[in-house]
Amino acid sequence: MSFIAKPKVAHPSLPKNALGLTRRDYEGAMSTLCAGCGHDSVTAAITEAVWSLSLRPEQIAKLSGIGCSSKTTAYFVSGGHGFNSVHGRMPSIATGAIAANKDLYYIGVSGDGDTLSIGFGQFAHAIRRNINMLYIIENNGVYGLTKGQFSASADIGAKAKRGEENVQPPIDPVVAALTLGATFVARSFSGDKEQLIPLIQAGLKHKGFALIDVLSPCVTFNDHEGSTKSYSFVRDHYEEVVHADFVAPAQEITASYAAGEAMPVTMHDGSRILLRKLDPAYDPTRRGKAYNYLRDRLAQGEYVTGLIYIDTKSPEFHEVNGTTDTPINQLPYERLSPGSKGLEKILARYR
Amino acid sequence: MLQSAESQDRLNDFVIKLANVNGTGSASANTLLMKSIFRMGVPVMGKNYFPSNIQGLPTWYEIRVTRDGYVARSGRVDLMVAMNAETYAKDLKEVSPGGYLIYDSTWPRPALLKRDDITILGVPLARMCNETFQGVRARILLKNIMYAGVLAALLDIDIDVMRALLGESYANKKALLDSNVQALEMGYNYAKQHFACPLPLRVTRMDKTADYIMIDGNTAAALGCLYAGATVGVWYPITPSTSLMDAFKSFCQKWRVDPETGKRNYVIIQAEDELAAIGAVLGASWNGARAFTPTSGPGISLMNEFIGLAYYAEIPAVIFDIQRVGPSTGMPTRTQQCDILLAAYASHGDTRHVLLFPSNPEECFYLSVQAFDLAERLQTPVFVMSDLDIGMNDWMCPTLKWDDQYRPDRGKILSKEEVEKLEKFYRYFDKDGDGIPYRTLPGVSPKAAYFTRGSGHTQYGGYTEDSTEYQIVLDRLKRKFHTAKKLVPSAVFPRNEGCDIGVVSIGSCDGAVREALDLLARRGIHADYMRVRAFPFGEEVERFLAEHSLIFVVEQNRDAQFRSLLTLETAVDKSKLRSILHYSGLPMASTVIVDGIVAELGASPKRVAATR
Repeated sequence: MSFIAKPKVAHPSLPKNALGLTRRDYEGAMSTLCAGCGHDSVTAAITEAVWSLSLRPEQIAKLSGIGCSSKTTAYFVSGGHGFNSVHGRMPSIATGAIAANKDLYYIGVSGDGDTLSIGFGQFAHAIRRNINMLYIIENNGVYGLTKGQFSASADIGAKAKRGEENVQPPIDPVVAALTLGATFVARSFSGDKEQLIPLIQAGLKHKGFALIDVLSPCVTFNDHEGSTKSYSFVRDHYEEVVHADFVAPAQEITASYAAGEAMPVTMHDGSRILLRKLDPAYDPTRRGKAYNYLRDRLAQGEYVTGLIYIDTKSPEFHEVNGTTDTPINQLPYERLSPGSKGLEKILARYR
Repeated sequence: MLQSAESQDRLNDFVIKLANVNGTGSASANTLLMKSIFRMGVPVMGKNYFPSNIQGLPTWYEIRVTRDGYVARSGRVDLMVAMNAETYAKDLKEVSPGGYLIYDSTWPRPALLKRDDITILGVPLARMCNETFQGVRARILLKNIMYAGVLAALLDIDIDVMRALLGESYANKKALLDSNVQALEMGYNYAKQHFACPLPLRVTRMDKTADYIMIDGNTAAALGCLYAGATVGVWYPITPSTSLMDAFKSFCQKWRVDPETGKRNYVIIQAEDELAAIGAVLGASWNGARAFTPTSGPGISLMNEFIGLAYYAEIPAVIFDIQRVGPSTGMPTRTQQCDILLAAYASHGDTRHVLLFPSNPEECFYLSVQAFDLAERLQTPVFVMSDLDIGMNDWMCPTLKWDDQYRPDRGKILSKEEVEKLEKFYRYFDKDGDGIPYRTLPGVSPKAAYFTRGSGHTQYGGYTEDSTEYQIVLDRLKRKFHTAKKLVPSAVFPRNEGCDIGVVSIGSCDGAVREALDLLARRGIHADYMRVRAFPFGEEVERFLAEHSLIFVVEQNRDAQFRSLLTLETAVDKSKLRSILHYSGLPMASTVIVDGIVAELGASPKRVAATR
């Protein structure tokens, strides 16, 4: 049996968030992934982020498709509903769920196979609709559960564990998201929680579709010499272009930054993300520039990370739809039915 | 002049067929004709045979004037309006002996239009239009209204009723109204001057439509969604289901917009494909909204994976399958009942689904509402198995009624208070012994949370690969399906007089079966009739099958899918079942059934007129 119930024991001295909950209250079932899997670090980062944001666990809905990455929604926030759907189709489940209740926080966890192959169409259309969710890709360039085939994010020349060389060009989810009009595009690395946790916080507070592509090495099938998604390769080839610090609404910005380096962005609920530009010439609010920068660096074999692009102005799905303020799954029936009088009026033209 | 016995016989009982070119605006003239007869209190049936095309291909419209209120095709054509030169030969051939053909004599066609046993009437429609109206488009459109005027004179249709209907259509377009009325009167006057009006086939006022409406099934189903309280509709456009969502959208724009804020109490999503459409329906239903998707066979094929997930993870969904001719793309604008087995067992693994079979727009309305209640009560997908004939044709049916006491049956959803009283919540546990577990909605309480998955799970909601744990859930799902038998709408028995012979059918076969049974009775052949309205089949279906020694199963597909389902899912002796199959793509005519039954009984004469 691969389902292991984790005993819940909380030490009284564990730190509590604003709701009086400890980190343990945001954990999920025991992970069944391989020891050292990058995905478990992402799970830990999500847990930390939602705890520190003091979200109520039941406000969180966790959605996924199929694959190693998609399993992880069981491993955090057991107090929130989870939905492990079918391969590549999580975005449509998310679209419907968000349509029904716009007041929850939706965290989608997917993989490179789930998003960039079987689910590429749904991924594109979720971006197009700008549905209000955080979409994390745990990207390792390889199919784990079927034992090591290349995925669509594998780089040309990358070597599989058994030596086979990948010959097809990769689909880069960040480049794709930028061209499709995504309103929040980030890349990170499972081994860098300093960078990842605030990105998750910012993504959750972003009103619209927030993508974080997390390079998350597969220790079993893609962590060897010749892989371009291994721990050592990513460590050597990643460059943070904009670091995001999350600042809660009541919190003050205390650290001091050199002029031109720090750039605060206010989110819809009053929280801010403070962007620290590590390359002063970079502007994360200019889509075209971000795209060019990214393509240049990719050509040099560099993974650009951090908050690559943000647009807080474009309306999300419900704003475009003009949906009523009450989540529509909570509208009383009386507001939905025209009643027998209404039916008489409707039928007049059919007589 | 005294009327002959024969002409009396044709009063309010004949068939008009109009052969047109699609994209020329003929639909409005044909609807005008049908609705005028309906307004005169005379029962009518209308069928549209249109191509999968926007402009230029042949299209036909059939109007049956039927004083007895039959709703199926009769198989006759008494008056053909031949407006499409390309199909003259075929249209001419189709007219029943003693019938009439009207054509545009602007271009005389003595060679083409040769038949001694029918009357051919020429009207120079194009010439009159060209002399009177300006603009190519107007001339083409008004030619149709002009032949409606000709028919008004020939058939004695009240031209004031027609004028009134035009007035309603063009209430805010005075110029259009004037030219339409002018064209109507020109046709009317031409016929009065040149022909002996009215013909023996003619319309006279009755009072048989007072409490009736003319509505198509897709519109009625959309109304059902509105009244069921559906708030999320997701679809990918596909003929012949598209008009269902079009209707839902227009009802929502009128009835679901907050008058103060202008905000919408609904969400309609045009998905990128049918996979996404059903996915979004499941996401919304999982999250507590009533959600549906209208589609047709090809869409169901694409949705299969998600349908299996909904079955196994127990998520409500309402799927409208407006069936069209398959296999593959088939004939998208023709009708069939060819998705019965596809829907009943959709998706891989052991799955069985609840199907409802409306037989007309009236039932589309009521069964749509019931579909949402059943989907939530049973926590499973429910298919409303309509078809193109029901969905896209205007049917005369009793006016729809609504009970203001109705409240949606949301099924076993635990509230925050209820769930917090529990020691622990188990999503897939059969507490009540009816196979239906309790569910919770996201956002309610950390105690309500569970993990929805399509992978193996225990009755407590955990992941499992344990054989026993897996089987406990799978067996419970079977019990749940058994419970469904008692909840779905039961079969109806329009005739049940203890005959040896039984007829069983579903959906849009109903009109043809009823008429066929009348015709057979006149020939001394009597049969009982059961119309099945849902799958799984209830006890009453078993009983009818057991009580009849020879059973005709009437359906619209080649492979006798409904008969197969009966043999798979009931104890019926297969050798008692005879199939009457119609799969031409056109709606069924009563003659198909009469001929089929007579032929079978002819082969075994001792059964004729056998009664208990």
